[in-house]
Amino acid sequence: MTVAKPLPHDAAMRHVTGEARYVDDIPVPAGTLHLAFGLSQIASGRWTEMDLDAVRAAPGVVAVITAADLPGHNDVSPAPTFHEELLSSHEIHYAGQPLFLVVADSHLAARKAARLAQVTAEETEPVLTIEQALARDWRFEEGPRVYGRGDPEAAIAGAAHLVDGSIEIGGQEHFYLEGQAALALPQEGGDMVVHSSSQHPTEIQHKVAEALAVPMNAVRVEVRRMGGGFGGKESQGNALACACAVAARLTGRPCKMRYDRDDDFVITGKRHDFRIDYRAGVDDEGRILGLIFEQFCRCGWSQDLSLPVADRAMLHADNAYWLPAVRIVSHRLRTNTQSATAFRGFGGPQGMLGIERVMDHVAHALGRDPLEVRRTNFYAARAEAAQGGQPPVGPFRAASPRSISAKMRGEEGAAADPSLDLTSRGAAQAVAPQPAPRSEVPGSTTPYGQVVEDFILPDMVARLVESSDYRARRAAIAEWNAAEPICKRGIALTPVKFGISFTLTHLNQAGALVHVYTDGSIHMNHGGTEMGQGLFQKVAQVAADRFGVEVERVKITATDTGKVPNTSATAASSGSDLNGMAVKAACDEIRDRLATFVAERQQADPATVRFEGGRVHVGAQSYPFEDVARDAWMARISLSATGFYRTPKVEWDRIRGQGRPFYYFAYGVAVTEAAIDTLTGENRLLRADILHDCGTSLNPALDLGQIEGGYIQGTGWLTMEELVWDTRGRLRTHAPSTYKIPACSDAPPVFNVALWDGRNREETIYRSKAVGEPPLMLGISALMALSDAVAACGGPGAPYPALDAPATPERVLAAVERVRSA
Amino acid sequence: MEIAFVLNGAPVRIDTTPTRTLLDWLREERALTGTKEGCNEGDCGACTVIVTGPDGTPRALNACILFLPQLHGKAVRTVEVIAGPDGALHPVQQAMVEHHGSQCGFCTPGFVVAMAAAHARGRTDHEDQLAGNLCRCTGYAPILRAARAAEGAPIPAWVAEDAAAARNHARQDTQADDAHPVFRPDISSGERGDAARGAESPPPTAPDAALPKDSDALAAWYEAHPDATLIAGATDVGLWVTKQLRDLAPVAFLHRCRDLARIEVSEREVRIGAMATLAELHEVMAPLHPSFAELIRRYGSVQVRNAATVGGNIANGSPIGDSPPALIALGATLHLRKGDARRSLPLEDFFVDYGKQDRAPGEFVEAVSFPRRPDTLSCQKLSKRFDQDISAVCGCFDIAVEDDTVTRARVAFGGMAATPKRARAVEATLEGQPWTAATVEAAMARLADDFRPIDDMRASAGYRLRAAQNMLARVFAERAGARTSVLEIAP
Ligand SMILES: Cc1cc2nc3c(=O)[nH]c(=O)nc-3n(C[C@H](O)[C@H](O)[C@H](O)COP(=O)(O)OP(=O)(O)OC[C@H]3O[C@@H](n4cnc5c(N)ncnc54)[C@H](O)[C@@H]3O)c2cc1C
Ligand code: FES
Ligand code: FES
Repeated sequence: MTVAKPLPHDAAMRHVTGEARYVDDIPVPAGTLHLAFGLSQIASGRWTEMDLDAVRAAPGVVAVITAADLPGHNDVSPAPTFHEELLSSHEIHYAGQPLFLVVADSHLAARKAARLAQVTAEETEPVLTIEQALARDWRFEEGPRVYGRGDPEAAIAGAAHLVDGSIEIGGQEHFYLEGQAALALPQEGGDMVVHSSSQHPTEIQHKVAEALAVPMNAVRVEVRRMGGGFGGKESQGNALACACAVAARLTGRPCKMRYDRDDDFVITGKRHDFRIDYRAGVDDEGRILGLIFEQFCRCGWSQDLSLPVADRAMLHADNAYWLPAVRIVSHRLRTNTQSATAFRGFGGPQGMLGIERVMDHVAHALGRDPLEVRRTNFYAARAEAAQGGQPPVGPFRAASPRSISAKMRGEEGAAADPSLDLTSRGAAQAVAPQPAPRSEVPGSTTPYGQVVEDFILPDMVARLVESSDYRARRAAIAEWNAAEPICKRGIALTPVKFGISFTLTHLNQAGALVHVYTDGSIHMNHGGTEMGQGLFQKVAQVAADRFGVEVERVKITATDTGKVPNTSATAASSGSDLNGMAVKAACDEIRDRLATFVAERQQADPATVRFEGGRVHVGAQSYPFEDVARDAWMARISLSATGFYRTPKVEWDRIRGQGRPFYYFAYGVAVTEAAIDTLTGENRLLRADILHDCGTSLNPALDLGQIEGGYIQGTGWLTMEELVWDTRGRLRTHAPSTYKIPACSDAPPVFNVALWDGRNREETIYRSKAVGEPPLMLGISALMALSDAVAACGGPGAPYPALDAPATPERVLAAVERVRSA
Repeated sequence: MEIAFVLNGAPVRIDTTPTRTLLDWLREERALTGTKEGCNEGDCGACTVIVTGPDGTPRALNACILFLPQLHGKAVRTVEVIAGPDGALHPVQQAMVEHHGSQCGFCTPGFVVAMAAAHARGRTDHEDQLAGNLCRCTGYAPILRAARAAEGAPIPAWVAEDAAAARNHARQDTQADDAHPVFRPDISSGERGDAARGAESPPPTAPDAALPKDSDALAAWYEAHPDATLIAGATDVGLWVTKQLRDLAPVAFLHRCRDLARIEVSEREVRIGAMATLAELHEVMAPLHPSFAELIRRYGSVQVRNAATVGGNIANGSPIGDSPPALIALGATLHLRKGDARRSLPLEDFFVDYGKQDRAPGEFVEAVSFPRRPDTLSCQKLSKRFDQDISAVCGCFDIAVEDDTVTRARVAFGGMAATPKRARAVEATLEGQPWTAATVEAAMARLADDFRPIDDMRASAGYRLRAAQNMLARVFAERAGARTSVLEIAP
């Protein structure tokens, strides 16, 4: 078995020797040109005149391209109903928007020249904040989306206690270590090959084809690996790839573009910042009877992926808790800032933080242990969960892509199909499949009608409470705090329940291509991209396991739109679920052919043929795998196959907010202990204990890495990573000098991570569970631990800390003073 | 200009524009793309290389803000060639593979090189050694496990080879200075049409760049080129080139002026040469003023401290530089030189206004000195992140208390005004008064008379003032024996 082994990342050796190649490392043909965008300095208005003479005259400049020069569509948006210009044709929507494109003989020359333009613009007052956007009613979609059930107003009115408040949640810059990059190599006949640092090669292909006004088959996109993506390379690479392709077309020379880090910050989208207002009616034990959330989501200037992000925030507003009567109102607000985009968790973290804040606030208001309040509100642990039985669900009904595109055409009024981007998450699902009627299971049904079938959190929490020594430490901390005048400690446990699947149902599909060569070596390709998560290694382990060979026999190859077409982004944590299954299907196809072949030769039953230890076993005989491959080829049996997979059971109506958007849920629990300094608000994590559910892990070492890394990224989001715009809409934190992600010493000195030894009750690849996004939300425990430490500064009756995120020293000090002033 | 150094064991002689960065050159000219660009400003460590100078010590430096002439006479190692010649991985490489220390792998070469440098020097304070390397994927835990696992493993032979090469180069260089103009990058005797240049001498391709060999040569050259830019560690100037895209000319590189790097500790005073790096300053301060040393530990990162100089940190006039407030609190005197003329002034008087210092054209910083006294200094650096972050407020308090009375109070802040500045009202309120909570509170209140801080992305004005006041409260609590920093809390 190669599956479930903690093997190193397939490229680990190449990483440590510097041999691993990223886009900017690919040797380029002589004469390759380099690009840089000229950026808007203002956040809103129109440019009236661009004097580019000095740019053109600058040393090394070969061409300067404006919107008027573009050969095809001037649109890089992933959303089919929204245009996002590659180069501004006049409108200016944010400070940092690309206005023109410099093509020069070096990266530095292009950057230098780009600063020499004289732009005359009519500046208008920018809309920057949630409040300003609300005041102007500037938003996406006609009005707020509302999901929910029951009559929360009545439930709140009838409850013993009302707990209400608001939390501000800052955005987050991806800070993938490798900035955005693309390289376009013009081919004969107007074709284009593009290397892109992208999570979504198909989208790059689609957008480049549009930009060049050629069919998709004239563009081939290759992605070997990214130096981190985290969602930031789902749609944000479109602009660079299109710029390179257009410049390559216009100059006839290879073109490369990479953003300098400051440009990357200023141009590209980030995690959506949110404000969440809440009103909860609770009983004496803190049980939620009615709850109303109003989520204000700052989307930035363009639609991009904001609708499904905001949807997912709504879909995680319950997290792990049964909400009998609930309303979730979601405002998708438009502002003159970078267009917020996908970021690990895709809205889920913000939605989840909303309810975790409510739990913390309720516990404080009632003077109860937050852990008990959380437990009181948990979904019911269901009997069949433990047995892994199949629950009754509606029949699987995939929305047909044809009907979607038909409807979209209607909506858009667009004539041509190429403008539709069906593989993008920005594609709003227009067809509302009628979900099969399902019965509400009290205690188990989410506000959107999906039954939580395997709620394992109570068991996980119990185990972590014990292994982390939560209770004794909580008591010890209270004692310690009583004796310490200046520093205070806090501890918190928070759970995670994260829904796995693209909420845009049709994206839950994947393809693979597998070849076996006559020497028994295997070439594997699929639609997923490698950004560090170890997808390629996991899937290679699957392929090796199917053929019963060692993993070294499997050649991992770059994602290539010419090999596997029409792929979905590697996103929504779905990479190994989808691609693992597709590769398995392709391998099994070949394996079955080989089994049939050797069985026939041996007069045996094909079902008895086993692939193990690098050999093919049939009856009492066994043959080296490579011999079987060669013999099969001699017998004219195809050793190549495609594989395809689509996730069963999912169906979702995003307008009504009803259905089964998720194939299953992934779970996790974290206990974090933190300390604050009440003189300056400086704070630090002391210890984290995590128990996370990966089902039956495909590779425990890689999964552990996702958990540790996700947790730290989550704590960074909620503690130190602060985005600051000035009053003119210019991002002031536009480099690592001013925007601080966690460094080495920010990881808690005691950091215990364990995997929950369960298996996925659904039939996923080897019963594993997705692990890309869920661990990020374990970081919520850090904010709650800080809140706990702040609360320790107050006497009886002191107000709730109401700590906003990120909990910078400044915010912590303000909360301390608030708590103490009462 | 023509320079010579050793790259991965092989001598290199190149003619370069003076402000080309090593990173750019490695990647563009040498196809050594293992060294990555993550930020181009010294903040992420993805571009870390090892540079060994004539002292034979391998140091981690950020190649993105390292100009090629700064390498003259040194040995450079990149990630591609830290493994053994037989292809066996370096112990830190091996450990990184075994401990799953890479995910996307983009930060990995920088980490591996920083780890190899620390390993060669036997350092096991891994969090400090790696504070300048950012990783967005792993959460650092597996990297720290790998660093610990590689502790004590044999040091590869190239470490000694690079040291020998650099020493050898230095020897040749000195001889060359005296005898062979071809080896003489020093242009103290005039860079244009220099008659001393023999026929074998390469034409001066960069007439407006100098590599003076000592401070006298620098003094002469700078007086003749008063509008030139001096480049010490380039941790500021580097960004002028990589971020502001400025063309700097003429320039002089100061790193060969080793006489400017001396640190002298006598009975009466401590004198720190302008070219002493922050790393060197750290070592000197550790026994003298531990709190200053702790401030320096959190200054930038290993890579930055290996490059940044005390002179640069003062001369740049930054209101948020960390060493000026500490030095001002210690009562430091700044020593300037122009040509053969020297003068000294209290350090605080050097900072006239934002972007304006009391420094004449052609005048440079020679040293800074301060009196030796028993340690009564407390330095506090406040930033969003503990390591490698610019201070929102840096408060330094040298408060001497005898018989419960404040006998001397020198208080200086960075981040609170347009320059590093003394808090004179606070000092006046403290001096001569009993060292009590009431005195401290009175002094805290006076801080608002001393400073009107600003709002920016690091902190609001109100927070700056509040935190600065509380820093004084912290000094008081500290002296009373209370625990005052979250860094002291063990989990
Ligand atoms: C990643 C990073 C982190 C940093 N962190 C910190 C920090 O935590 N705290 C902090 O205070 N600073 C920090 N800095 C800023 C920087 O390190 C300091 O300002 C540094 O001391 C500058 O020294 P240098 O030798 O690199 O100067 P250079 O960049 O070489 O020069 C800086 C200026 O000083 C002039 N100069 C240099 N030497 C002399 C001299 N002898 N006489 C006259 N003029 C001279 C130069 O002409 C230039 O104007 C950081 C910088 C980076 C890139
Ligand atoms: S590229 Fe980030 S430190 Fe050099
Ligand atoms: S492994 Fe991706 S940034 Fe470190």
